[in-house]
Amino acid sequence: MSELKTTRAPSAGGTESHGHAVDLNNYIRTCAYVFAAVILATALMIWISFLPEHYTWALKVTLILAVACANAFVVAGFLMHLISEKKMIYTLLAFTVFFFAGLMGLTLYALQDFPTGTTH
Amino acid sequence: MEIPYTVQARPDTGIYNAKVGIWLFLASEVMLFGGLFSAYVLLRVGADRWPHGWLDVRFGTLNTIILALSAITTLLAWAACKVGQFGKFKFFHACTLLLALSFLSVKMYEYHDKWIHYEITLADGTFADGHLVEKSADFDLAKKTGTVTLHGRIVNDENLLYDLRSQKDIKLDEVTVPAANIVKMENYGPWHNTFLAIYFTLTGLHALHILGGSIVIGYLWGPGSKMYKKKPEQFTNRIEVSGLFWHFVDLVWIFLFPVLYLT
Repeated sequence: MSELKTTRAPSAGGTESHGHAVDLNNYIRTCAYVFAAVILATALMIWISFLPEHYTWALKVTLILAVACANAFVVAGFLMHLISEKKMIYTLLAFTVFFFAGLMGLTLYALQDFPTGTTH
Repeated sequence: MEIPYTVQARPDTGIYNAKVGIWLFLASEVMLFGGLFSAYVLLRVGADRWPHGWLDVRFGTLNTIILALSAITTLLAWAACKVGQFGKFKFFHACTLLLALSFLSVKMYEYHDKWIHYEITLADGTFADGHLVEKSADFDLAKKTGTVTLHGRIVNDENLLYDLRSQKDIKLDEVTVPAANIVKMENYGPWHNTFLAIYFTLTGLHALHILGGSIVIGYLWGPGSKMYKKKPEQFTNRIEVSGLFWHFVDLVWIFLFPVLYLT
């Protein structure tokens, strides 16, 4: 979360930040849009998962994960305010993305090189 | 001793210290869950068969809605703090707490549902599968005495128990099995197969995060909220930091739900 700008002074000495003013009601409206987007994405994932069998499993998984990523972007972007964060946090997240990508990349790289039959 | 930069931004980072701390913590959490997702991929691709339709999508969807709502209320709690509306903060944070407990309740119900679900291998090579109704008073698997009754069905091929999605109109009935006919009896705990092992591991760790977050949110809503009167800005920052953790927990669920319930 980042900086919410106030239209009224906090009653107990809260922050008065620089920047544009936003009131709580407007903020609630934005949250409602985000919530609607999350619900829509969830419904879309469920719909994809129940598509007929002639849609391949790989296609379904790809589409579902794509929707999940979009959903995660909305949550991280708007609710965690990552669309307007400080450079320090972006730098930190860049390292995280690098190592996470490495972890998943190595996992996919190793798919042909592990024991099968892991169901007992 | 005064802890520096609890409110003011540190000049070199541009943000207050707790925020740097929570983001570093979340980065380590990404790697923790990333490792488990990696394990999931390897287990799934390596498995001879993988269950479909074992988890109730309705409960997963319900929990998704609950967690999304709680993410909204925790953000609004912080926003209310920021604009100095302490009453609204209390309301929104109470909502978050209730939603968190609702999430855990649904999860516990799902766990219980698996706990009382049994697969029984019978002496004639068939399989009885269903939810436990009752065990007779003299039921003893080791001594082969008594009977067990399930609400479920008997199938000839165990593979039929694995792909529930492709089967329409599965007929369930009460099935009573004598202990003398039982070769193996096992509930759907984490030991049952690799799917349930990784399911309980992933969702269990996630539920622990929900529980931990709930304790922190409960503290900040209750006794911890006294700080608002003396140090409102520092308190607001605490709400922000706890909110970031909560959103991360929501993010993890956004991937857990499709991976476990839908694919």
